[in-house]
Amino acid sequence: MTEKQHITIKGVKEGLVFLLDDRCEFSALLDELHYKLEKTHQQLLTGPLIHVHVKLGSRETTEDEKEQIKSVLRQRGNLLVQSIQSEAEQQPQPDGLGQELKVMTGIIRSGQVIAHEGSLLLLGDLHPGGSIICTGDIYVMGTLSGMAHAGSAGNTESIIAASLLRPTQLRIAEVISRPPEEWMTGDAAMEYAFLQDGVMQVDKTTQLFRMRKEPLVYKGV
Amino acid sequence: MGDAIVVTSGKGGVGKTTTSANLGTALALLGKKVCMVDTDIGLRNLDVVMGLENRIVFDLVDVAEGRCRLQQALVKDKRFEELYMLPAAQTKDKHDIQPEQVRDIVVELKKDFDYVIIDCPAGIEQGFRNAVAGADRAIVVTTPENAAVRDADRVIGLLEQSNVSAKLVINRIRPNMLRTGEMLEIDEVCQVLAVDLLGIVPDDEKVIKSANAGEPTVMDPSSRAAIAYRNIARRILGDMVPLMPLDEKSGAFKRIRKFLGIG
Repeated sequence: MTEKQHITIKGVKEGLVFLLDDRCEFSALLDELHYKLEKTHQQLLTGPLIHVHVKLGSRETTEDEKEQIKSVLRQRGNLLVQSIQSEAEQQPQPDGLGQELKVMTGIIRSGQVIAHEGSLLLLGDLHPGGSIICTGDIYVMGTLSGMAHAGSAGNTESIIAASLLRPTQLRIAEVISRPPEEWMTGDAAMEYAFLQDGVMQVDKTTQLFRMRKEPLVYKGV
Repeated sequence: MGDAIVVTSGKGGVGKTTTSANLGTALALLGKKVCMVDTDIGLRNLDVVMGLENRIVFDLVDVAEGRCRLQQALVKDKRFEELYMLPAAQTKDKHDIQPEQVRDIVVELKKDFDYVIIDCPAGIEQGFRNAVAGADRAIVVTTPENAAVRDADRVIGLLEQSNVSAKLVINRIRPNMLRTGEMLEIDEVCQVLAVDLLGIVPDDEKVIKSANAGEPTVMDPSSRAAIAYRNIARRILGDMVPLMPLDEKSGAFKRIRKFLGIG
């Protein structure tokens, strides 16, 4: 095998770590795994029971594919697969929900950009020319008159809520919207923007519970 | 130890130089020892507004590069004993001087003067950084227009980053346009920018006239802008001065007509 190797085998305290390249074809990966186990590394991989951790990098794999890797490794009687890890799974889902909420106090002025992984609560105003970019939701306790981009990693479930929603532009996931006249309800109700069938919509924040049905907990009598 | 105040705006043409010249003069009028520093290198005009153009020998860049002593470059005002100006160089540009050099000069000036008024160039690049380097606080000049308010907002953000506290002067207010609602309200501007208001200055043709004559407006007490600048200067000194009423001065005749209900 003269081409670039896709599999690196490392010895660690717990056993062996198989680092699998995340950019090649999955079939090529399996072929190489076979080849290594049968041909090149058979001396290394025979003997006492060895724990094996498989790292897939940022490759996204199905359960079926993981099973294929396991079965190849199991062919050697002494390899015990402990875990198959993929960074794609370890990364938090880009939905912001259930993630830690970052709370910020201050005024985001023109030219200032706040970028955050997860959801953000701003206690203060977002001025025109300023922007907030989050992978999760954006909540502004104050006037939102700048640009807000929620779900910047592609989560279409994200929302943008503000005490006073007067944006120059709103973005949720890939959808960009600038407020048409009818948005400007004029009354000072708290509002939020969300995506419905790929179209940006604005509604009063009191209606948010319809979209996000979370179990209500009643306490007291 | 004096106080260094930078006059800035972001947008050009809102009246930074006019404000610098008038506040400097007004503070001198109140008996303070003042030095005005023009940091608009390459496009200097504080000297023109002050009518001191023909007295310039050395400039800011000469001082920074050690071609002369600071005292040699200072131009003494023709009206006041204790009003000086440090002119900008006209043949250089903003990159010929570094913020640290300006800061050193301002620190030096603060030893001798009660107030150092720094006139900042338009923009937020090197010239702005130079001007802000030595400042203790800032006066942000804006006009009641959206574009100017946006730029002021940007500048206030930058000033906050360099820990310079900013106060607002709203310049060129036209009372009649305010009345008809065609111009941004003062309250609205203050609310949008969320900084303290230091003063408002009505639009006044005499400002242009006196700038052309090389005579700061503030010297002419019949000008409404002059009164406004004097008020701002007193507020800088810590006096509580109420905002001036914006309604046009009504003459006796007008008042009688108003009284009779035909005005």
